[in-house]
Amino acid sequence: MNALQPIRTWNHEALRRQARLERSTPFSRGKAVAARDMVSLLEALLEPGDRVCLEGNNQKQADFLAESLAACSPQRVHDLHLVQSVLALPAHIELFEKGIARRLDFSFAGPQAHRLARLVQSRSIEIGAIHTYLELFGRYFIDLTPQVCLIAAQAADAEGNLYLGPNTEDTPVIVEATAFKSGIVIAQVNEQLERLPRVDIPASWVDFFVVAPTPNHIEPLFTRDPRHITEIQVLMAMMAIKGIYAEYGVERLNHGIGFDTAAIELLLPTYGESLGLKGKIARYWALNPHPTLIPAIEAGFVERVHSFGSEVGMEAYVAARPDIFFPGADGSLRSNRAFCQTAGLYACDLFIGSTLQIDLEGNSSTATLGRITGFGGAPNMGSDARGRRHASAAWLKAGQEKNGGQTPARGQKLVVQTVETWREPGHPAFVERLDAWQLKQDMGMALPPIMIYGDDVSHIVTEEGMANLLLCRSPEEREQAIRGVAGYTPVGMARDHALVENLRDRGIIRRPADMGIDVRDATRDLLAARSIKDLVRASGGLYQPPKQFRNW
Amino acid sequence: METLHLDLPAIQDASLNPRAALYGVVSSGNLEVLVERGHDATRCVFEVQTAAHGFVEVWKAVLTDFAARHPVGGLSFAIHDAGATPAVVSLRLDQAFQSLRGA
Repeated sequence: MNALQPIRTWNHEALRRQARLERSTPFSRGKAVAARDMVSLLEALLEPGDRVCLEGNNQKQADFLAESLAACSPQRVHDLHLVQSVLALPAHIELFEKGIARRLDFSFAGPQAHRLARLVQSRSIEIGAIHTYLELFGRYFIDLTPQVCLIAAQAADAEGNLYLGPNTEDTPVIVEATAFKSGIVIAQVNEQLERLPRVDIPASWVDFFVVAPTPNHIEPLFTRDPRHITEIQVLMAMMAIKGIYAEYGVERLNHGIGFDTAAIELLLPTYGESLGLKGKIARYWALNPHPTLIPAIEAGFVERVHSFGSEVGMEAYVAARPDIFFPGADGSLRSNRAFCQTAGLYACDLFIGSTLQIDLEGNSSTATLGRITGFGGAPNMGSDARGRRHASAAWLKAGQEKNGGQTPARGQKLVVQTVETWREPGHPAFVERLDAWQLKQDMGMALPPIMIYGDDVSHIVTEEGMANLLLCRSPEEREQAIRGVAGYTPVGMARDHALVENLRDRGIIRRPADMGIDVRDATRDLLAARSIKDLVRASGGLYQPPKQFRNW
Repeated sequence: METLHLDLPAIQDASLNPRAALYGVVSSGNLEVLVERGHDATRCVFEVQTAAHGFVEVWKAVLTDFAARHPVGGLSFAIHDAGATPAVVSLRLDQAFQSLRGA
């Protein structure tokens, strides 16, 4: 009765991996590859259409491997599908210009946002989707598993064990997905050592490593010079601390990377202390080691910080504060983007960050015309985690407000957008319609690139005051609450004054005076540090700022 | 550089006795406000030098609200913006007025 079945092989992927390794043998000595042989190795092992993760993080870049891949012959290597979180380097763009890569699934393209938009318009690239970090990491294990990954580490030993240094970032999740699905893992390292300070990736997961001619590039993305913090930002920080952190008792949080949130960090030991908030707010953080957090750490506000990556110049300070950060046994920081994003999503009660545009529903986006920026971490941090099941005072209070004062079955995350109403003359932060919708049309995308959806936003803070969207009971109220803090932008000036006053009477809109804040107090004198040099001083000389931030 | 003159009705606070006082500094997106005694107790006069083009309507709205918010009759404000945003302008004006009053 049994019909003759074709024999199915169940180890096709392992055989394909074996074939790739065999083709690579002329270009390696064991796992070690000479820098000059890297292009030949890549040409030998890559196959057209491969899914490749070329480690591009927020900060750390596998730049030598990116340049090597871009130097491959497009006759040999073409139509690759890149699955990587950040598109940051010119070499990343070149891959598409040369036809080496064709399709892209990613999260963030900050520095290459303009060139990426041009590639889309000239149809030199297909974009699958713009993801949040966790979403892309999730897909690494479902339908976007890399066949080859090109990663960056600090050091390797002779066997191929890897030490990642303080900027772990995405490396573990990339390697995990690749190594355990018969993929090929190739690492560039800054140095080869006899003995690693610690092993972050075991040699059995690594196929090749190369000592790059120059150390991998790391961008100090999280350093904000306090000199550039304005009095408006000080005023908005006062509102956030007094009107949100204190009122909800926010102990666990994540901050964006702008000057607005740097101002909050620098106000904790001064304004926060004067309100008696030490030990009551801002104790546990999902945050990179921001230099502007140093004064709050030194003042005893901060108890614990888990980080996505690290920050250039903060190594010695972090190593000297092991109770605060997560160091390895060797003393240096262990970061991890996937875990820290998970922490920000599920274990934090508040996200606060800035944006470029907010519409009348509270949707916000950093995508503006001609630029495809992507989002990075903000959408995970800045969204209500509907899978959350543990309570906290802040989460319950927010949930109760959203539920009309009744005790709800679930709480609500506080998601705060803090923006000055005009970014600069000619560029209002409040708009009737996000540029994201135009981008969707121009770029033929399935979805508009919205960073934070309006229904996740709980508060909007501007220099004019604070709107509590949790208390709004209709779309009309929500719209007027947003207009009511939108200042002298066209959106703000088109407000219904009577309705806005009604919202103010109900505490949905609050002005600084309504919160007991005297605008005269909003001066830079409130900042715990007013310069990078102040931060160095606050760290006891442990913080070593990169050259571009030294102005003495 | 555009110059805007605005002469608005305003209530006077007779207890105010402004000496010529300068608030704020022109630099890094900040602006300079000079408050002096005016000629008419029922009016508030503004002279604005602005670096931003096409911002006159916004300036008018900012200053009209300011004159309605505070008893600024009999005062004259000379303002040099340095490309400052309305937020900075409003904050500086409020600070200037409150300092005048508190002094």
